[in-house]
Amino acid sequence: MFKMTKNILRNLFTKKATRLFPYEKREPFKGARGELDIKIEDCIFCGLCQRSCPSNCIKVDRPNKKWEVNQFSCILCGVCTEVCPKKCLFMKEHYKTPVYTKNIKEHQQEVKPAASAEGQA
Amino acid sequence: MKGEVITVTVDNLVPMVKKMFEEGYRFVTASCVDLGDTHDLIYHFDKDLNLVHLRLNVSKGTKIPSISPVYFCALLVENEIQDLFGIDFDGLVLDYGRKFIIGDEAPNTPFVKIEVTKVQTEKKEG
Amino acid sequence: MARTILPFGPQHPVLPEPIHLKLVVEDEIVKEALPAIGYVHRGLEKLVDLKDINQMVYVVERICGICSCMHALAYCQGIEEMMNVEVPPRAKFLRVIWAELHRIHSHLLWLGLLADAFGFESLFMQCWRVREKIMDLQEATAGNRVIVSVNVVGGVRRDINKDMEKYILDTLKEVEQEVNQLKSTILNDYTVKKRTVGIGVLTKEQVYQLGGAGPMLRASGVVQDMRMTGYAAYGDLDFEPVVETAGDCYARTVVRFREIFQSIDLIRQAFSKMPDGEINVKVKGFPTGEVVSRVEQPRGELLYYIRANGTKNLERLRVRTPTFANIAPLVAMLPGIELADVPVVVLTIDPCISCTER
Repeated sequence: MFKMTKNILRNLFTKKATRLFPYEKREPFKGARGELDIKIEDCIFCGLCQRSCPSNCIKVDRPNKKWEVNQFSCILCGVCTEVCPKKCLFMKEHYKTPVYTKNIKEHQQEVKPAASAEGQA
Repeated sequence: MKGEVITVTVDNLVPMVKKMFEEGYRFVTASCVDLGDTHDLIYHFDKDLNLVHLRLNVSKGTKIPSISPVYFCALLVENEIQDLFGIDFDGLVLDYGRKFIIGDEAPNTPFVKIEVTKVQTEKKEG
Repeated sequence: MARTILPFGPQHPVLPEPIHLKLVVEDEIVKEALPAIGYVHRGLEKLVDLKDINQMVYVVERICGICSCMHALAYCQGIEEMMNVEVPPRAKFLRVIWAELHRIHSHLLWLGLLADAFGFESLFMQCWRVREKIMDLQEATAGNRVIVSVNVVGGVRRDINKDMEKYILDTLKEVEQEVNQLKSTILNDYTVKKRTVGIGVLTKEQVYQLGGAGPMLRASGVVQDMRMTGYAAYGDLDFEPVVETAGDCYARTVVRFREIFQSIDLIRQAFSKMPDGEINVKVKGFPTGEVVSRVEQPRGELLYYIRANGTKNLERLRVRTPTFANIAPLVAMLPGIELADVPVVVLTIDPCISCTER
């Protein structure tokens, strides 16, 4: 009967193994793959990322200089970040937060230096 | 391919498999490849980490004798090949009737290669 | 005596994935069992027509979540053998390290599920708490907790530097201590023994002729482990396969438990023998021919049959997973046991049904 006393005392006085989630969040490790993003000013619209994506979630529009990714089909593999020749694609470390509607965000490169410059969508 | 490859025909398939059973080989699996007009069925056996393969090349529509009377575990693979490729096996110990791995609404024999030819459309005038 | 037919599954609190068994029961003793699968068939082998050779690596590693690194390893080894590509030695050791980390976390997951099958929920929670440390290691080294995506055709994608190596070895020491504390509960407890000893016995000849794989074979006395063929860097590491002779559920538990310690030892050996160098080679061109590549997954022997004809899509990719081979021994084990022991027996084959049906 007294074999359990050691366990009981140890469990009463050590800290918990769980974390109180929405109030205390865990920081991801460095190098974790969370969400895909692009620095649109460096992109040359070569289309290599579109060709090597395993789940066909990137669309490159060369004549209009638009780049979009479907965040909900992306499998976070990271192949596009490795094949990009200008290294303008990168993965953020935190996961995407849940949303109510699935809308695809477009990135538009500014048309320089002529008449009108459109901002980011 | 690592391991010995022996070509068999439909007639000496079951005697060769019985010989494998008596020599103490373990049945690993069977693979099927669709090559247009013919099917290529390859049976893989293993003993002490050495592989032996039996290759059987049949044209589409022939009935192949089942090896499940010799190796009971082969019935799972043969039912799966029946579902996916449409080959009929003779003498299966337990036959699921083309419903082993495919659901009711799925297409029939999905792994068979189909050819898509160009469709000519007529241009309408006026 | 009247016979009733009871359905076991596809939804059952004990099963991690859906499988259906029709049990013919007479007065609480099972007389016959008939399996039915097909609830999660995704037809992944057909995707070779659409995706090219490098994109298929990402499809193949998503066949199963628990053993995903080994699927990618078998695929990459097969393609590399067809194209005569020599992988650098550092990449081979890194592949071994990630494969053994997967084996540890898979066996810890299974021990938790087995404890849950006979109702011991606090042991289930403790095993999974220890497993969280291994998931943290995978996220720190490879980028993702579950599907790590480190194997590519020609090597690996990420390297492990000296700080990460020290972190891994310290965490493994903690994991070893905690698993040692669980040892007396799993292996010497009176209730655990009463539920597993003498149940689901398979002799050596029966398992061999029914085509079993992995710990099912090794718990009945057959000495077979695919790592003895020496793929990746296993030829340079020394280890002995873990074998027991009793052939019942308790022997399988002991085999998987001892394999956790064997994996920790293999990782330490791999770190001490790993050479410096590059981690991948560039691969150009397309393969031709056919190849069979085999790898030891936590659940048994995995076989890949790949056939290519020189274009950018493969002609045929055939995957045979160990749980598919273990269904026949399961159907042979079920007659003669009591109905309350069916969950324990179904879990001792370590069912991974999403692997079975791809």
